[in-house]
Amino acid sequence: MGRFVARRLLQMIPVFLGTTFLIFMMVRILPGDPVAAMWGDKAPDPAQLAAFTHKLGLDLPWYEQYFDYMGKLFTGNFGETMAGRQVIDVISEALPVTIRLALMAFAIEIVFGVGIGLLAGLRRGKFADKSTLVFTLILISIPVPVLGYLFQTFFADQLKWVTPTVQDSMNLGQLLLPAVVLGSLSLAYVARLSRTSIVENIRADYIRTATAKGLPRRKIIGTHLLRNSMIPVVTFLGTDLGALMGGAIVTEGIFNVKGVGNALFRAIGQKEGATVVGFVVVLVIVYLVASLIVDLLYAVLDPRIRYA
Amino acid sequence: MTTVIEKAQATDRLVPGTPLLEVRDLHVEFKTKDGIAKAVNGVNYSVSAGETLAVLGESGSGKSVTAQTIMGILDMPPGRITSGEILFRGQDMLKMSNEERRKLRGRKIAMIFQDALSSLNPVLSVGYQLGEMFRVHEGASRKEAKAKAIELMDRVRIPAAKQRVGDYPHQFSGGMRQRIMIAMALALEPDLIIADEPTTALDVTVQAQVMDLLAELQAEYHMGLILITHDLGVVADVADKIAVMYAGRIVETAPVHELYANPAHPYTEGLLRSIPRLDQKGQELYAIQGLPPNLLKVPAGCAFNPRCDKATDLCRSEIPALHQVLDRDGAELAGRKSACHLWKETLHG
Repeated sequence: MGRFVARRLLQMIPVFLGTTFLIFMMVRILPGDPVAAMWGDKAPDPAQLAAFTHKLGLDLPWYEQYFDYMGKLFTGNFGETMAGRQVIDVISEALPVTIRLALMAFAIEIVFGVGIGLLAGLRRGKFADKSTLVFTLILISIPVPVLGYLFQTFFADQLKWVTPTVQDSMNLGQLLLPAVVLGSLSLAYVARLSRTSIVENIRADYIRTATAKGLPRRKIIGTHLLRNSMIPVVTFLGTDLGALMGGAIVTEGIFNVKGVGNALFRAIGQKEGATVVGFVVVLVIVYLVASLIVDLLYAVLDPRIRYA
Repeated sequence: MTTVIEKAQATDRLVPGTPLLEVRDLHVEFKTKDGIAKAVNGVNYSVSAGETLAVLGESGSGKSVTAQTIMGILDMPPGRITSGEILFRGQDMLKMSNEERRKLRGRKIAMIFQDALSSLNPVLSVGYQLGEMFRVHEGASRKEAKAKAIELMDRVRIPAAKQRVGDYPHQFSGGMRQRIMIAMALALEPDLIIADEPTTALDVTVQAQVMDLLAELQAEYHMGLILITHDLGVVADVADKIAVMYAGRIVETAPVHELYANPAHPYTEGLLRSIPRLDQKGQELYAIQGLPPNLLKVPAGCAFNPRCDKATDLCRSEIPALHQVLDRDGAELAGRKSACHLWKETLHG
């Protein structure tokens, strides 16, 4: 177990180096000169342009830029934005917002996804099951922006329960609506996955044994059925946590949540190499740690899996 | 509130000699896409305390469905009990509420399944699964339950029970897993155990060990045992009486040794002849011709008639009742019945 964790942590190093390098290169090959863009529509003074470019180190060959950046990164220095702000400050401002948003969405998709899936699976072929299949299919088919604007129109403009956009990005109450939108797609997947898994497992021999043992139904479902059925769901949830953290760009945009998605979107637009790579570094770590936790959780859920 | 169990025990004291379990004219059918499959068509049998009844039959003969119906674990739907009674200590279990039946399961009637690997929960330790019996039915604490689980594992002779109590089913061998199934069934010292092909999935040498263990524990606790099997070899040593099933009916019942010595139904005769024997080495193995009937359209008359070389027109038109079997002098042979129009010829011929 310890060795497994150590090996997995070591494996993170090449993954980490690879992703940062790729992102670094991708930002560089984006068309347009980020320094010239600082002047907006006006034509920049060539001397000033050259001076700025030199100051930012953008006149150096790409490999020198890369090693320079990585060198700093390992000392905890994420570099500066072109406006001179510390990237680490930008990240530490946006990350807590996104973590809240992602965890709320995550909680919503687990509670409702598994709940709906369990209900549908236990009532296979009945109304509850069929309506779940239709409902989740609708959720999966609606693009997130459409759902976002629909919710905005209905809950903010019509019912006036909430403001259309988030005023205070750290306020959990205000983040609820974006979290629902963010979690809805995964919720549908979790519900379908749980349903299928429950339907399969409820016919298993060990469920028959549990019944023959005279266990109450609630115990058969809670202890014997759910635990076995959650194994495929946990796989999905693990990869999804990473996706929720990095993939909230659209949702954050619609509701004006000042999180990672928003900041990343702006940074890409402005070709802020250091900022983009900085965020990606954080997201890669989140993703890798989340998948490690999932793998470890497997062994807890299913003792047949042993890590050596 | 007097529980079912107390009531049941009271009945037991009032009427001594009542069989522990009595199945009366049980009919079970399954709804399938192609029609109604009549899986059990009027089964009658009974077991007393300390007695072993072997229910013998091919797959699809209704032996397992009957057992599942007794246990109350039949999938309904598609299954449906159309008529009959299942009396446990004189009380009809089919008239009990779900909760009353649940309390009997595991505590008074326990079941051992065929494939222990799939019948045990793969993600829970065997200690937990054994201890669950005490926690659910007796409200034992975790610690007590674990101690009792170890005790049970010792009782079914699992080596190093104390170290292995936390192990998972896949970490045990097939024979050991089946011992755990037996331990689980024995946990609350039930009055009746139904063993559904308990040794089919095991090696021959292990089969004998497991069967011996089961027989020994049954005698020790004075339990009734219904042993469901398709293997005549398993039955001979442990059973007191045998009920042979075919197409959802009992075709012959008899005390075990009499059945082996002198069957009164052509189907039983065929089964006995198809056992490989060392003294017939070199000869072709006998097999009953044809296949078990499709339960969606059971042949008219005796269900066995298309496969029977003795069949007459009567066999093809009229379903034979389960006759009392008589000896050559016309005296009743105790416990012997046959559902064959030609039982006399079969038995004495």
